Amino acid sequence: MFKKMFKKILIANRGEIAVRVLRACHEMGIAAVVVYSDVDRAALHVRKADEAYPIGAAAASESYLNIGKILDVAKRSGADAIHPGYGFLSENAKFAQACVDAGVKFIGPTAAAMDAMGSKTRARQAMERAGVPFVPGTSRGVESFEQAEEVAARIGYPVMLKAAAGGGGKGMRLVHAADELKSALEGARSEAERSFGDREVYIEKAIVNPRHIEMQVLADEHGNTVYLGERECSLQRRHQKVLEEAPSPIVDADMRRRMGEVAVRVAQAARYTNAGTVEFLVDQQKNLYFLEMNTRLQVEHPVTELITGLDLVHLQIRIAAGEKLPFEQEDVYIRGHAIECRIYAEDPDNNYFPSPGKITLLLAPSGPGIRRDSGMYEGWSVPIDYDPLLAKLIGYGTDREQAISRLTRALSEYFVGGIKTNISLFRRILRDADFRAAKLDTGFLDRMLKEPDDRVVDARAAEVAAIAAGMFAALGSRGAAAGERTADGSSQAIDKAESNWKSVSRREALR
Amino acid sequence: MLYDVTIDGKNYRLDLNRAEGRWSCRLDGRDLEVDAVLARPDVLSLRIGNMAYEVKSERVANDLHLWVGSKRFAVEVRDPRSLRGRTRAGDEHGPRKIVAPMPGKVVRLLVREGDEVQPGAGVAVVEAMKMQNEIKSPKKGTVQKILVSEGAAVNAGDVLAIVE
Repeated sequence: MFKKMFKKILIANRGEIAVRVLRACHEMGIAAVVVYSDVDRAALHVRKADEAYPIGAAAASESYLNIGKILDVAKRSGADAIHPGYGFLSENAKFAQACVDAGVKFIGPTAAAMDAMGSKTRARQAMERAGVPFVPGTSRGVESFEQAEEVAARIGYPVMLKAAAGGGGKGMRLVHAADELKSALEGARSEAERSFGDREVYIEKAIVNPRHIEMQVLADEHGNTVYLGERECSLQRRHQKVLEEAPSPIVDADMRRRMGEVAVRVAQAARYTNAGTVEFLVDQQKNLYFLEMNTRLQVEHPVTELITGLDLVHLQIRIAAGEKLPFEQEDVYIRGHAIECRIYAEDPDNNYFPSPGKITLLLAPSGPGIRRDSGMYEGWSVPIDYDPLLAKLIGYGTDREQAISRLTRALSEYFVGGIKTNISLFRRILRDADFRAAKLDTGFLDRMLKEPDDRVVDARAAEVAAIAAGMFAALGSRGAAAGERTADGSSQAIDKAESNWKSVSRREALR
Repeated sequence: MLYDVTIDGKNYRLDLNRAEGRWSCRLDGRDLEVDAVLARPDVLSLRIGNMAYEVKSERVANDLHLWVGSKRFAVEVRDPRSLRGRTRAGDEHGPRKIVAPMPGKVVRLLVREGDEVQPGAGVAVVEAMKMQNEIKSPKKGTVQKILVSEGAAVNAGDVLAIVE
């Protein structure tokens, strides 16, 4: 069955991913419709769109998560498909189904496939039948201490006790040896009871210092599924990915094929279509354990695009339009190395607090091997209401070493003024000896951040700053000392803004 | 033009003059050969001898930061002939204001007026960009005053509480 390509796509998202999808639409000659909340009128995705529709208040539930409003825009604009990006409604099965019911194509998997992945037990049963490896353990709660002892001995220490109703580390205990089991089990049970009102606790093998590696898959609507190589995502802070790379430095061709085949089986077990990602934990002996499947385009998809030469968003759109995959597994091959840095609006010197506000100066890197997917621009104010991801900087090279050196060079060119960003964190990661030696695991960043930053600063840099300070003042840029250049309009405006700011804070203090 | 520049507690006396398109520069009594081009607002291309630097200027609240490479310096510039003195209210003793480090919403207050707090104890939780952040007391003391209520929107620099 041949379907005609879409004429108009609605992008139900914001920020860099909305811009990313919008660019793909324009490259394919498709009109791009966007939606925006009250605080996003000036956002980049609205500036670049062909049509833009306001959908309500800043709170996501009033705008980007509001299925009714988004489908209403689809209808009013005559869009024939919706791309959900990542986050927001991208993994919402109800939304995927509502699109079908409204006669507009959802660019992603079916609601049924999402549901199958969302429900832990159903997904697990389907996958166990397909021979997918799980972390060894009990899938249901243990009945007694004796049973816990027996299970732990069978799977081997260390083991992890987890609250069945759990999340956020509550009701979790790491048990190193048999003599710790009894008190840990009691502790986990009572904590689970207090936190979730349910004392059910199950046991899993503890994977010590695992790597987090994921496999990209792509499936068309004609039964063809391929894998596009892995991404190493072990560098995380508070369970949030910070830097990703492809290929993984520890995965060779044989392991890639093994992982890829498991990922394809996972996708097929759920009758999955479109782009998806199968996440694995990998232990120090390179054993794979299935973690979950993400039923959307991932933030870090560009590293896969750079090493495969494929455009995942183009392919998502073509698959959704009913086309067959234009290549087979044997045609996919990996060349070079790519690393992505997630540039967040957060302050590395202040415990990574979010740092929204106006971007007063933006100098962006370019040059060989550099890709930048960004949702910000100079003069734009980053709102406080959404995720702090501003942009992604991706370095590509013949090998990992060249990718690192290009990225290091590009980071030295990158400057975002007016708000704080985590750019300095990446400079530090990229010069870290363990990172350069590819000794990565999910505890890497926490360990690195506990060490003092041993960077040596050129003693002359302070003198350079002193001379520059005088030059800025003499040349009448905004570097001028406050209040001293009354002839300079911009400097005056800043003084005014500042004194206003001061008086506001004074008023607040008096309240 | 004479400038007094303070960087990290160190003072520099800078004398900059331009005649016939050439700069003369004296830094703490040393003559230096410099030249500068303002490439765009806030971006200065600076040569000292034949060494080249790109220096970026950034104002955050009422602080001036200059970036030399990836190193940030907090800078104060004064014209020594000006009577405008700059006083800094950053004394370490006595009451300390606990301020919001970023704009956001106060989701929870963790102390009441009169409570004893230890250094590092949480005082309030402020949410911004989908993240909840605990704002901590910088010192041991008593919560003298709480200036915000739960649910209040705050700006960066707003005083949340005072610890004495």
